[in-house]
Amino acid sequence: MKIENQVALEFPSRSANEGFARTAAACFAAQLDPTLEEINDIKTAVSEAVTNAIVHAYPDVLGKIVLKLRIKEGHALEIVVKDWGVGIADVEQARTPLFTTGSEERSGMGFTIMESFTDTLKVRSAPGKGTTVTMVRKIARRAGR
Amino acid sequence: MPVTCREEKRCLTALVSGELDHHAARAVMEELDRRIDQVQPRELTLDLGGLTFTDSSGIAVLLRAHRRMGQVQGAMRVVRTPDQAGKVFRAAGLERIIRFES
Repeated sequence: MKIENQVALEFPSRSANEGFARTAAACFAAQLDPTLEEINDIKTAVSEAVTNAIVHAYPDVLGKIVLKLRIKEGHALEIVVKDWGVGIADVEQARTPLFTTGSEERSGMGFTIMESFTDTLKVRSAPGKGTTVTMVRKIARRAGR
Repeated sequence: MPVTCREEKRCLTALVSGELDHHAARAVMEELDRRIDQVQPRELTLDLGGLTFTDSSGIAVLLRAHRRMGQVQGAMRVVRTPDQAGKVFRAAGLERIIRFES
């Protein structure tokens, strides 16, 4: 699929960067002229994926997170969140609603929210090597443009 | 503090404002825990009118407050939920567990 525009952001796994990452994604997505609801869906999905990397990929250390955003043919935004952390042994289990290895602060609904707010969600992970979450969200073309 | 509490006759109202993500959730949970312990409220009203963003961290905050209110045998309701937060909570099926009012 042809890539029409792209940006990559690298930041350490500090929780203060959750807000930065989702706001940056919203700004980049603005060129697709999304509705407020579409923008909010993108922010929510990015927030979940980046928070997962911060909380689970690097539980005891600060590590590198890369957020890649691509505008693809068909008026779609691809969101890639990549880390080089501990990885997920059982991706299917991690995607199950309410499953979490985190503390009480986590609801276990992260992947469920990502799935609900995007069109496709792919998770590739290897224990000890890291995790890549890829989401695609189509943005509706509005009449009059 | 993204949460401000006021109490009247053992009814606790907590106004949550700003962005309730994982970064902010711990402080909100700790403040709610502290006030619930202190007041032992008959009812907790979580007023989300000032909330500008949340994700699954907000789900965890609501579930924890709901559980803590159960422990003190009090009721809980959530009012003025913004559209974005409402969509997140519905995706998790929270309306089956928690009372949402306008």
